[in-house]
Amino acid sequence: MSEIMLKVTGISKQYRLGLVGTGTISHDLKRWWHKVRGKDDPFLKIGETNDRSIKGESDYVWALKDISFEVKRGEVLGIIGKNGAGKSTLLKILSRVTSPTTGEIKTKGRIASLLEVGTGFHPEMTGRENIYLNGAILGMTKSEIQSKIDEIIEFSGCERYIDTPVKRYSSGMTVRLAFAVAAHLEPDILVIDEVLAVGDAEFQKKAIGKMQDISKGEGRTVLFVSHNMDSIMRLCTRSILMKNGSIIEDGKVSHVIDTYLSTEFGTTSQKYWDKNNGNDLVKVLSVKAHNSNFETGENFKITEEIGITLTYRVLESGHKIHSAFNFFNASGINIFDSHESNTELYHVKKKPGIYQTTVWVYKNLFSEGVIVLGVALVTHDPFRVHFHERDTIAFNMVEDLETSPTRGDYVGSMPGIIRPKFEWVSEKMNKKND
Amino acid sequence: MNNNTEDNWLYTISSKHKLIDLNFKEIWRYRDLLLLFVKRDIVTVYKQTILGPLWYVIQPLFTSVIFTLIFNNLGQIQTGSVPPFLFNLAGITAWNYFRLCLTGTSNTFSSNAGIFGKVYFPRVIVPLSVVISNLLKFAIQLCIFFCFYAYYVFQGSLVSINSEIILFPIYVLMMALLGLGLGMIISSFTTKYKDLTVLVGFGVQLLMYASAVPYPVSEAKLKFPSWFVPFVEYSPFTQIIEGFRYILLNTGSFSLTGFLYTLIISFIVFILGLIIFNKTEKSFIDTV
Repeated sequence: MSEIMLKVTGISKQYRLGLVGTGTISHDLKRWWHKVRGKDDPFLKIGETNDRSIKGESDYVWALKDISFEVKRGEVLGIIGKNGAGKSTLLKILSRVTSPTTGEIKTKGRIASLLEVGTGFHPEMTGRENIYLNGAILGMTKSEIQSKIDEIIEFSGCERYIDTPVKRYSSGMTVRLAFAVAAHLEPDILVIDEVLAVGDAEFQKKAIGKMQDISKGEGRTVLFVSHNMDSIMRLCTRSILMKNGSIIEDGKVSHVIDTYLSTEFGTTSQKYWDKNNGNDLVKVLSVKAHNSNFETGENFKITEEIGITLTYRVLESGHKIHSAFNFFNASGINIFDSHESNTELYHVKKKPGIYQTTVWVYKNLFSEGVIVLGVALVTHDPFRVHFHERDTIAFNMVEDLETSPTRGDYVGSMPGIIRPKFEWVSEKMNKKND
Repeated sequence: MNNNTEDNWLYTISSKHKLIDLNFKEIWRYRDLLLLFVKRDIVTVYKQTILGPLWYVIQPLFTSVIFTLIFNNLGQIQTGSVPPFLFNLAGITAWNYFRLCLTGTSNTFSSNAGIFGKVYFPRVIVPLSVVISNLLKFAIQLCIFFCFYAYYVFQGSLVSINSEIILFPIYVLMMALLGLGLGMIISSFTTKYKDLTVLVGFGVQLLMYASAVPYPVSEAKLKFPSWFVPFVEYSPFTQIIEGFRYILLNTGSFSLTGFLYTLIISFIVFILGLIIFNKTEKSFIDTV
């Protein structure tokens, strides 16, 4: 079993909300007085969970509450969670920018973060001088930078301007230079916040590729924060899910992503309605995603056929009621819509009762990642929408690298919102010479 | 997992901390950063200026001229056998070093909040770099001082270097420690109470007049109200300025007790500054 690189025990972090101004002296004095008498900090007790959507009673909140986990050498740990779940605070504590209120972190290696790029750039100094300065700030020694300077300059693509003061750079160039320095760090434990992907599309690709290279590099321990479930799925060997400052799940990536989807989006791959589910004409009862054996689940292989089944109750007879679905990916892009069109009951004016409609989505169509479903019930002539709800259910498409029909031997990131399987033909043209 | 690996932790991040938590090994690891900060301070200040580093020289020279005009010509302050201009230049050169160390370090946290909020490195590096880069400026100003020194000696003025000149490095050290210590204390408090930033500017100015920079202590003893004299006489700053002029110009008074007392005060202030700075650096980013 490989050794533990990083051990986090009982980390909590408390913040004071509102204006830090008047009143801080009195609180400070009270704190000090309690400390002198050997008592606990009086303000540590009143903290409450950090849910920003709920109005709290107290001015103090726990941004992190009793976080404990371990990371082994070579592990790539994905940290996921909604905004405000405490991911950034955790990273800040790990990179020693701020200290925890309670608990401790033990590490066997140096931690460096790709949290923020371009820290300490001085506008009056040239690009080259700033590479040295920035590299040193990030923890490299001069000789380390010296050995990599050509690589860094080349990666940044700012060769021509390298001896010009940085204040003459465009903002994009500054970011490229900054990222180039950060990307050439070689710490024992690397903390990456994917949100930093900046610059133009070309550079973003380069940056994300570099991050993936780093995290795949041998034996590197990486903590990876991302909202992109695809990257987490592809890069990480383990994942933790944070919510309101606590870890609510820690384990296999696919399981954690399932929990994330079901708790955060409030959706799973099936949904039942009992109110707000339609009008006097028709009411939706349930919708679920399932495979060809009608087994529901949170994860489906992109190589299997997926069925979406909608159940609804018709209350008023005499209408041709049709179902429709919208398919969105994790970025909210509408991948496609599908309307009921060729079913047996399509032209039937439905009588009151319970109906069920299933749409079968081809295998080898979805790209990997989260699919979020929108559900609608409509009648035509005149066109009326009786029910429409976005974000009803969500499920995750996963791709098995071994059996993928679209990758060949390529294991890197595959962009694109769909990933259909096509017919490929290749043949040798000059047969005569054989 | 055995106990062996348990003990192998490189470092621990924790809410508890020691009183003085100076990790010299770590500071040594970041020595290149220290040098680069020094270089940055020196190189960038006068970029896009015409006179450039000449400004290091112009400022003390003009201040000395003004002091000579006001205090010596107008105010009739006696400087003994030493030419008043040289007397003032010595005081100002020394005071400048202390002042720059103090003001430079006193905004460590507020002016570096951007970097400190993003990356970790031993925070002490920043005030240290200020003290070192100011040392270079001090050296330049000292050269100018010696140019004038040579000129006045050539003109036949009765100035000479004292045998206590061997204490010169210690005086510089004391100025650095005092400036650094006070600066670190102030910088720590300004993260929460921003009033101090306002105070520093004119506080240092007032302190200069109370520290015998434009006049010798003997004059202060004669002309100041008696309740105020001890403040001037026993202030560590006066001790340094007076001692500095004593060893360079052989004027004024020097006592070993005064010297040792100032040295001890300097160390106490420095250690105190270090403790407070240490306490602040852990969590200042939450309050700044």
